[in-house]
Amino acid sequence: MNFLNAIVVGLKEIWANKFRSFLTMLGIILGVSSLVAMFAMTQGLENGLKEALVAIGGLQKIRVEARNVPVEQRHLRDFATGVTLRDVYALQASVPEIDIVSPEMRMDSPPTLAANGRRHRTFMTAGVWPVQLEMMEHQLAHGRMFNADDEQDARSVCVIGTGIRDELFGRPDQTGTEVIPIGQTLTVNGVPMTIIGMFEHYESDQERRTRLLQEAKDAADRAAGIQKPAQRDRGRGRRGNFAFWIKNNTVYMPLNTMWMKLKAGQTNTPPEPRLSNLEVRIRDVETMDRALTQVRNVLMVNHRGIEDFSFRTQEDWADQIQISVRAARLSGGLIAGISLFVGGIGIMNIMLASISERIREIGIRKAVGAAGIDIFTQIVVESVTLAVLGGLLGLVCSRGVVWLISSVTPTDNEPIITWGAMAFAFAFSGIVGVFAGLFPAIKAARLSVIQALRYD
Amino acid sequence: MALLELRNVSKIYHTGGEEIRALDDVTLDLHQGDFISIIGPSGSGKSTLMHVLGCLDSPTRGEVVLDGVDISKATTSQLARIRNRTIGFVFQSFNLLPKLNVLQNVELPMVYAGLGGKARHERAVKALEMVELGHRLKNRPNQLSGGQQQRVAIARALVNDPKIILADEPTGNLDTHTGEVILNLFRELSTQGRTVILVTHNPEIAAVTPRRIEIRNGKVAEKVDPRLAGFTPSTP
Ligand SMILES: Nc1ncnc2c1ncn2[C@@H]1O[C@H](COP(=O)(O)OP(=O)(O)OP(=O)(O)O)[C@@H](O)[C@H]1O
Ligand SMILES: [Mg+2]
Repeated sequence: MNFLNAIVVGLKEIWANKFRSFLTMLGIILGVSSLVAMFAMTQGLENGLKEALVAIGGLQKIRVEARNVPVEQRHLRDFATGVTLRDVYALQASVPEIDIVSPEMRMDSPPTLAANGRRHRTFMTAGVWPVQLEMMEHQLAHGRMFNADDEQDARSVCVIGTGIRDELFGRPDQTGTEVIPIGQTLTVNGVPMTIIGMFEHYESDQERRTRLLQEAKDAADRAAGIQKPAQRDRGRGRRGNFAFWIKNNTVYMPLNTMWMKLKAGQTNTPPEPRLSNLEVRIRDVETMDRALTQVRNVLMVNHRGIEDFSFRTQEDWADQIQISVRAARLSGGLIAGISLFVGGIGIMNIMLASISERIREIGIRKAVGAAGIDIFTQIVVESVTLAVLGGLLGLVCSRGVVWLISSVTPTDNEPIITWGAMAFAFAFSGIVGVFAGLFPAIKAARLSVIQALRYD
Repeated sequence: MALLELRNVSKIYHTGGEEIRALDDVTLDLHQGDFISIIGPSGSGKSTLMHVLGCLDSPTRGEVVLDGVDISKATTSQLARIRNRTIGFVFQSFNLLPKLNVLQNVELPMVYAGLGGKARHERAVKALEMVELGHRLKNRPNQLSGGQQQRVAIARALVNDPKIILADEPTGNLDTHTGEVILNLFRELSTQGRTVILVTHNPEIAAVTPRRIEIRNGKVAEKVDPRLAGFTPSTP
């Protein structure tokens, strides 16, 4: 019996028991759609993380962080200098692979910002050089960045992200019009600073899309004359992609200002300004390994062999992304795989029931010349047809499942259904069909003719 | 050489501690072109004999030799091929597939013989016309009378042009006219060189066939019951 025939017979059999077939397929439908949905979620996660990676400045960066002297060097503790501007100068002078070096000095605990009668704490308050803009891929939307003179004179000026503006002066959708607080004063731990610049608003593609959609809707509402309370608190608690959130919640001031006005007064302040960290950008990712060795050598010399610093590259982070995405994919895939497996057991069960209903039929088919292999093929094809139909329906349903998941737990990483995931889930359903059919098919193929004919 | 031989074949069932010899040491030779009737009381082992001859059942003891080959040594797929190509079997209880219509039922052996759809259709229609059922192609078996179902079963048995035709009471449900049509068909086939064996309770039909085998309690006696001696065949 040829293959096409077997498929036709299988389809007829499925059609003859529509409801039962549908129930059987349900397991596969759910399995396949959750598999596709799982992959879509992790794909969205991966894309979001990669977007964030680009947002914070790519793979060419090395971050040097101050850290405690390692245990085996504890006795040298008193000689440790920490990360200082001397490291910055040394790196600039002696590592040709380096493009820019940007020092950063933060408060030990998040300072309190106050303005406009409101208060806000953020750990993203740092004293930096103007070059930090380039390092962190910041774009000024309003005002200006502080310059070398501001740095030199330790002027009380600062540049803020839109998140800070939102907290202290109100979000655009709350205030109606966008507040640009250039020239206003804000205090950092009580020290007044003039806001001289504000960054543009950073957001992921997904955030932008939803915002534009909302704005268009609002505009349409306004055009239609629908009045809405201005104080709507939309989107609160959703802070969006972490990298963008951090960038938006940044306050920068000149390094010297941070040192002289905010840190110098604190207790336990070392005599020489200590940096929290510094970032190095190299010209070419290709030379990363060499640059890393050189940076390490220079710092080791500068620190007289005391390793009171550590390195972080974005590559580490990129690896982290890969690892966590893979873990998410694996665990999600496993769970969805289990439900597909359960669906397969459902098919096997129904195939077993169906062959014991059809023992006479099998006997008759064998009596007129069906070989064991014909019966085997028929049962397997039937089971695969069930699974594959379920798989197809599952693919259709996966859109719905993705929609359901993302409306129940809104994330900023919009799930992305890829062809690869669909192909994988579909192929998997087919394989499940084959395996589910195998045992019943063998059982049916082995039936003895005369006993099957006598069966009732 | 005989086309189909049984050598000391026994079929023994054990039910409830009791031994039932459905076939008891049967030795039989069937030749090409034979036209044979098997008679015997109910429960004497006629159907069992037919099943063994038709390679549907295997004997408890003894050998079945088809074309010089012992079929107990054949593989299951070789047996399937024999049932498909060499033997046409008409079951006492028809054994049609209820889910398929008349045409599809008759096409079934050709499906397993690997014939194309068009050839299948043509041959099935021809076979159904031979049994005077050319007008009921699309009916399901349960929409037909017993006699009609029987004729569908006959058409199915003939459709792969088998060398041996085994018919278990093929005329039991037929009226005189259609019974005669079927009988003539079988006779015709045997003159063409097919071997035809039919089981019957009807002495008139048994009288028509050149060879008669009587079976009692599983034992074969190749002679005619004295009570039938006076009968003359109704058809020459
Ligand atoms: N599977 C079985 N298990 C036990 N006994 C069986 C089985 N099949 C047949 N028999 C017995 O074997 C004997 C022969 O049965 P068989 O069906 O060959 O009779 P038959 O001659 O065809 O009768 P009928 O004319 O009524 O069709 C009977 O006594 C029957 O009870
Ligand atoms: Mg019988």
